[in-house]
Amino acid sequence: MKKIEAIIKPFKLDDVKNALTKIGVQGMTVTEVKGFGRQKGHTEVYRGAEYKIDFVPKSKIELIVPDELVTPVLETIERSAKTGKIGDGKIFLSPVEEVIRIRTGERGKEAI
Amino acid sequence: MKRLNCFILISVLAILFIPALAGAQEKAGPDLKVMADTVWVLITAALVFFMNLGFATVESGLCRAKNTVNILSKNVIVFCVTSLAFWAIGFAFMFGEGNLFIGLKGLFLIGSDNSPATGEAYKGIFSSLNWTGVPLYAKFFFQLVFAGTAATIVSGAVAERIKYFSFFAFSLLMGALIYPIQGHWIWGGGWLSQLGFKDFAGSTTVHSIGGWSALVGASLLGPRTGKYGPDGRVNAIPGHNLGLATIGAFVLWLGWFGFNGGSTMAADPQPISLIILNTNMAAAAGGVAATFASYLALGKPDLSMLLNGILAGLVGITAGADGATVPGSIVVGLVSGVLVVFSVLFFDRIKVDDPVGAISVHLVNGVWGTFAVGLFHREVGLFYGGGPKQLLIQIAGILAIAIFSFLANFIIWKIIQKAMGLRVSEEEEMQGLDIGEHGMEAYPDFSSKP
Repeated sequence: MKKIEAIIKPFKLDDVKNALTKIGVQGMTVTEVKGFGRQKGHTEVYRGAEYKIDFVPKSKIELIVPDELVTPVLETIERSAKTGKIGDGKIFLSPVEEVIRIRTGERGKEAI
Repeated sequence: MKRLNCFILISVLAILFIPALAGAQEKAGPDLKVMADTVWVLITAALVFFMNLGFATVESGLCRAKNTVNILSKNVIVFCVTSLAFWAIGFAFMFGEGNLFIGLKGLFLIGSDNSPATGEAYKGIFSSLNWTGVPLYAKFFFQLVFAGTAATIVSGAVAERIKYFSFFAFSLLMGALIYPIQGHWIWGGGWLSQLGFKDFAGSTTVHSIGGWSALVGASLLGPRTGKYGPDGRVNAIPGHNLGLATIGAFVLWLGWFGFNGGSTMAADPQPISLIILNTNMAAAAGGVAATFASYLALGKPDLSMLLNGILAGLVGITAGADGATVPGSIVVGLVSGVLVVFSVLFFDRIKVDDPVGAISVHLVNGVWGTFAVGLFHREVGLFYGGGPKQLLIQIAGILAIAIFSFLANFIIWKIIQKAMGLRVSEEEEMQGLDIGEHGMEAYPDFSSKP
């Protein structure tokens, strides 16, 4: 089992979710986050005074997938979140030791 | 069932015809002009009252979420306080019989009065209002909502840092002294009205006077923490809800039809129609002008400037809504819209921190609107062949109000500062006045942002 975390542009969230459900992903957790990478922030103007937005709003998707789904999920996120412009985000992959479904007590792959 | 229907039909017919028969028998019917005028005055007064909501939403929208409860509270309490102060003292100082500088009779609305009698037939102590044929309570209520407007202008300029009860105290003195005394000069038969100073619905009386109080208050308070960088650079402190601000601008625009339209204090078809159209066109022109001014000067058509531009146009036409032509009103509004944008930038630069632009809208354009009467009045305006006389009178009035306002406000704000302090602690300002002054938040379910 692997955990996949992807930080993407918020307006791409729907596309990514739909593409993932199509390939059989059954659940995910989404968080609204802020941050910056190479895109850095941007400046806005309010009543004549400029101010810098350092942390740009992003969406973070977290999902745990069985090993055989890892490659298709990564490819799907990469494809569906891409605009080709700076700030498209990143995907992180890490191992997961255990998953427990609280309601039934199932463990491992069954619990995903 | 059938019998019931029959009974209802007969009742309806009876209700319809009995008054008609009774009316035919009466020798002197009700005075229809008094009725129409009273209805007009009370409905427009209610519209002006509704402007309190406009001020509340504009100001809270243009300030930060952490100060919302405080700003809303200020906007609510200011009308409550003004109502009591203006009833007890203010109305007497403004409209009661007295001398050229202050009215002296009519405290607590007590005194002889035979309204709605007008002109020579009027016998009472409020002869400065003998030109309108409505009952005294209608006159009072209409004037009260204007006093409330003058007082609430201050709230936006001092927002996000003033102590709640210091603002409360100022509102009381504004409604009892500052507004009524100067109001007496202009509308209460005082020396400026004797001079021929024209201020139809209050560009000076309401807006400049409120604006001067705002300017002195904001200057004594100093800018909000974080408004200026260590190098003196102006930092933006964006408003938290431009939706609220927009609702407020529309509410004020609507209320202004009552503000100007009702200032005839009579339902005279031709004048009120022209006045309401003039009011609307000046607002529209102000919005267009502010859009382009902010686009050219700042690079983007700033929504908050657009809203300020509309309000600036409204303030600008208030003094001359009865005397201007429709094209004249549009020109007045266009100038207002440009003025307000550069005025906001100017006050930012000289470090008078006015979070909502109240000084630029009400003071700067109150002065402009009063000045514009001397240019655009159909009969006495310079541009209509009336010569410079009216313009000079207008300038004299502007200067007189400026000097008196500045002194009176300075003294009163200073007294409040000495007695109870003006400004909350820096710690409280950081945390937000909602918690510090009121112990509650406007949006407790949302995560907060500095």
